[in-house]
Amino acid sequence: MFNRFIIILLSVFVFSLNAYAGTDGKLDLSKKEQPKKIKDCFEKLNRATFSFNQGLDKAIIKPIAKGYRNLPDPIQKGTKNAVTNLSNLITIPNNILQGDVKLAVINTGRLVVNTTVGLLGTIDVANKMGFPKYVKEDYGQTLGAWGVGPGCYVVLPVLGPSTLRDTAGSFANVMGGDPWYNASVHGNNEFLSEGLYITSKAISGVDFRADNLESFDNLEENSIDFYASVRSLYLQDRENKIDNNQRGNVEVIYKNEEDWEEIDSN
Amino acid sequence: MKKILIILLLFNLKFGHVFSIEPEIFVQSTVNRASQVLSKDISKEDKINELKSIAKETVDIRGIGFYTLGSARKNLDNDQKLKYFILFEKYFLKSFSSRLSEYTNPKIEVQGKEVLNKNYTIVKSLLISTSERPEVKIDWRVYTKNPDSPLIRDLIIEGLSLARTQKEEFASILNSNDGNIDSLFKILEEFSEN
Repeated sequence: MFNRFIIILLSVFVFSLNAYAGTDGKLDLSKKEQPKKIKDCFEKLNRATFSFNQGLDKAIIKPIAKGYRNLPDPIQKGTKNAVTNLSNLITIPNNILQGDVKLAVINTGRLVVNTTVGLLGTIDVANKMGFPKYVKEDYGQTLGAWGVGPGCYVVLPVLGPSTLRDTAGSFANVMGGDPWYNASVHGNNEFLSEGLYITSKAISGVDFRADNLESFDNLEENSIDFYASVRSLYLQDRENKIDNNQRGNVEVIYKNEEDWEEIDSN
Repeated sequence: MKKILIILLLFNLKFGHVFSIEPEIFVQSTVNRASQVLSKDISKEDKINELKSIAKETVDIRGIGFYTLGSARKNLDNDQKLKYFILFEKYFLKSFSSRLSEYTNPKIEVQGKEVLNKNYTIVKSLLISTSERPEVKIDWRVYTKNPDSPLIRDLIIEGLSLARTQKEEFASILNSNDGNIDSLFKILEEFSEN
């Protein structure tokens, strides 16, 4: 009960900060056509947390990710499929909240097929059956799609880059928005537990890190300000996901041309 | 005399037409050249040097340098601009070639193009997957103001613009140093020397 109170309190705090940030003209992203400028309000703290995370990554996460990468391919693939399958449980309600009922139905079909025929999601049978490519959605994206601005950029301990909006979105998962969390933590089920939930999230993180071992190293080696590079890439990625940018939709992806138009090197 | 002038004009138009290069062909040929270098059995240092010369021919390093500096470029005097471009070119070539040199024999297929306006065309391509990594979508921002000599201005990898990332990185350094361009120069120098 007390934990729930803390979570609600934190969420309210985060939302209120976000609303406050929204009063700044630059952060009012309800005007979707405006270029999205995001303030790094807590830069000093963020940089300190970033350094802490880098230390943690070098000491623990990266070595685990390297070990994971050495596992036989079928095990890696099966693990990736299983955690991706679980993410449908967050994607489906967000498809509905974003008004995309058709996609919610497709993803529900994908979840059912992969969980049953695909042996608890370890085999992506739906993909083989020709289901459309899976695109993850989360509550932060839904808030963004509803016109809520990102608020300040934040770096969370262990979890990494986020914004106040996306952090608030993550709280929705533990406040009833993630059926996998509800079943694991509150389900009174002998097969599921809080430990299993945390393990599944940790595996998902390790899988992501293992996918990006070389690209992270390369980025770090070739950046003159690694913190700023990661911030930029995170924010670009979130913008793209919120706009649901599709390949071929160039008028959406390349909408802010002013910066390029005035460059004339000839 | 008039006839000769018309013939000359037509010849010129024909000449110009023949030598204008389609952006997607330009990108595919650039990629093929880079790919050949990367698959060669030569040292990493030699690969980097060859990639640098390809980049000098095909990338608008000066244009990217301008873009990367953002609005700060408007405050530079001519000497500072000159110094910036020398440092930026070194930084860019080192960063670009060392990023690429990690790949061995990458296969990139050009899939199409979208003309944004008379100055820019986006060429779409796909880095074919291997057993170690999934396929990667790469868009190329090609500067087509001079159609005879298109130049690459940005790579957008899975929707993430390298030029924008670089621009925000530079802006962060300038912000942390009260807009002092000399601090940026120092960091660029250090990066290129290491």
